[in-house]
Amino acid sequence: MLRAGAVIVVFAVVAALVGPLLTPFDPAAQDLALRLAGPSVAHPFGLDELGRDILARVLAGARISFLVGLTVVSVSASLGTLLGAMAGYFGGAIDDLISRIVDVLMAFPGLLLAIALVAVLGPSLGNVLFALTIIGWVGYARLVRGQVLRAREFEYVQAARAMGAHTWRILWRHVIPTAMPAVVVQATLGMAGAIIGEAALSFLGLGVQPPTPSWGTMLNGGRAHLLDAPHLTIFPGVAIALLVLGLNFLGDGLRDATDPKSKSSNSRV
Amino acid sequence: MTRFFLRRLLLTVPVLLGVATLVFSLIHLVPGDPVQAMLGDSATPQDIADLRGRLGLDRPLYVQYAAFLKGVGTGNLGTSLRTNQPVTAAIAERLPATFELAFAAMFVATAIAIPLGIIAAVGAGTRVDYAATTAALLGISIPNFWLGPLMAIVFSVTLGWLPVSGRGTLAHLVLPAMTLGAPLAAVLARMTRASVIEELRELYVLAARARGVSPARAVLHHAFRNSLIPIVTVLGLQFGAVLTGAVITETIFAWPGVGRLLIQSISFRDYPLVQGCILLIAVTYVGMNLMTDLAYGFLDPRIRFD
Repeated sequence: MLRAGAVIVVFAVVAALVGPLLTPFDPAAQDLALRLAGPSVAHPFGLDELGRDILARVLAGARISFLVGLTVVSVSASLGTLLGAMAGYFGGAIDDLISRIVDVLMAFPGLLLAIALVAVLGPSLGNVLFALTIIGWVGYARLVRGQVLRAREFEYVQAARAMGAHTWRILWRHVIPTAMPAVVVQATLGMAGAIIGEAALSFLGLGVQPPTPSWGTMLNGGRAHLLDAPHLTIFPGVAIALLVLGLNFLGDGLRDATDPKSKSSNSRV
Repeated sequence: MTRFFLRRLLLTVPVLLGVATLVFSLIHLVPGDPVQAMLGDSATPQDIADLRGRLGLDRPLYVQYAAFLKGVGTGNLGTSLRTNQPVTAAIAERLPATFELAFAAMFVATAIAIPLGIIAAVGAGTRVDYAATTAALLGISIPNFWLGPLMAIVFSVTLGWLPVSGRGTLAHLVLPAMTLGAPLAAVLARMTRASVIEELRELYVLAARARGVSPARAVLHHAFRNSLIPIVTVLGLQFGAVLTGAVITETIFAWPGVGRLLIQSISFRDYPLVQGCILLIAVTYVGMNLMTDLAYGFLDPRIRFD
């Protein structure tokens, strides 16, 4: 599972990086005479409603997806880890404040808060990144808080405290690293969530705006042509599903590799 | 027991207050003047002043906040800017459609996931298990905004079996319910598999087999029955994902529910209606989580001591 996930993700990364070399067409170039043309040798994924090469746009969309995934995950994970570690380590009023904010943000199901934020802030890539980060950091904070609550009682942490080590040094050097394996697993699955989140917002017309190619925007454009040009819907969807599947495989595999309990659940009964 | 229930109920109050505060502040997050944003560039200063007065945005912030909380408590969330209909009435009109879709999706998910999870658990480590686990992971990975159009292409466009949009007959419900239920089925199948595997390891299952109980009966009547608590919990907790998924599914299939109303009100910048829809979905989610927690506490006495 881990290997299959890694292969899919590496394939997607390479495709996103060398995308312009894989197709001679510009993702924004229009050929209205060939609009909605189906897959052919020249255009393996066909052309969209404005005669743009879908393969070129899927490859360009991959770059947007990775940009969103990496930005949201790195900011959310850093913020969530820091706040979760502070809540778990200091306890008291700091813990109460951070935990109540987490509770309130977690009271909104999944993407709903992101939809609400983008609805008022306006549709743009920047606002999508902001909204997905706002809903993203809470998961890391809750996860790290739990890990730190346990880690702060470890003898070596107490020893460091007794030796007079600075609080931030203890957190940075001794406490936060114990939460890292769980954070890495969460980040892998979180990247899949961020990519789906961006695509969902763009599909609803609240995310990346045309003509920038995003897989969600492409799927939204394909809705009007389900009858006459289903390829507009099929190829961007395959791209999202494949990348998310790869990231889920990778996340699950990493979890199995780091969690002995989940390893044993795979054994034969 | 009563103490556990009361404590859990009390813990919900600050969360609901936080949710209401966040929903209240949404309109103040609009860049620039929210009234100008709602009316557009062609609005006259008089129009802007009128709407500002109607929404109460000309009052001090704390007065607006108190009035909002009072409105939430009394079910008065203002009126829609587009239709002048009270927000609560507009939502109440659409609510049955959303609940119909949500419960149909949960039914579809349960009907697929439970047998799949049990089969995977019984054959854990075999090819059947890998196939079921991969199918479940595929279900989680395929976004419903792709699955929906894909099913419409197959079942409506190609085969002509089912209508592609609207609400009315059972046939209209099939595609939206399957689209919304598929990711839930995937999560539930994984949970069922893990939970049944856990129970199959217990000594009472071994004892049942030693007493001559058939393998099928040992699985279904012993292991599965005891693994139901976490499965039901996941089902309850996933209700939020179903509600969010409904926003997308209703948009795809033109299903006249609260989710579609939300997206329509966003496009018309009808912020009172946007706030109402968001508040309703979030409060329903909090309520569902509360009920799941209470049910869990009732079913599993160990929880009450946590």
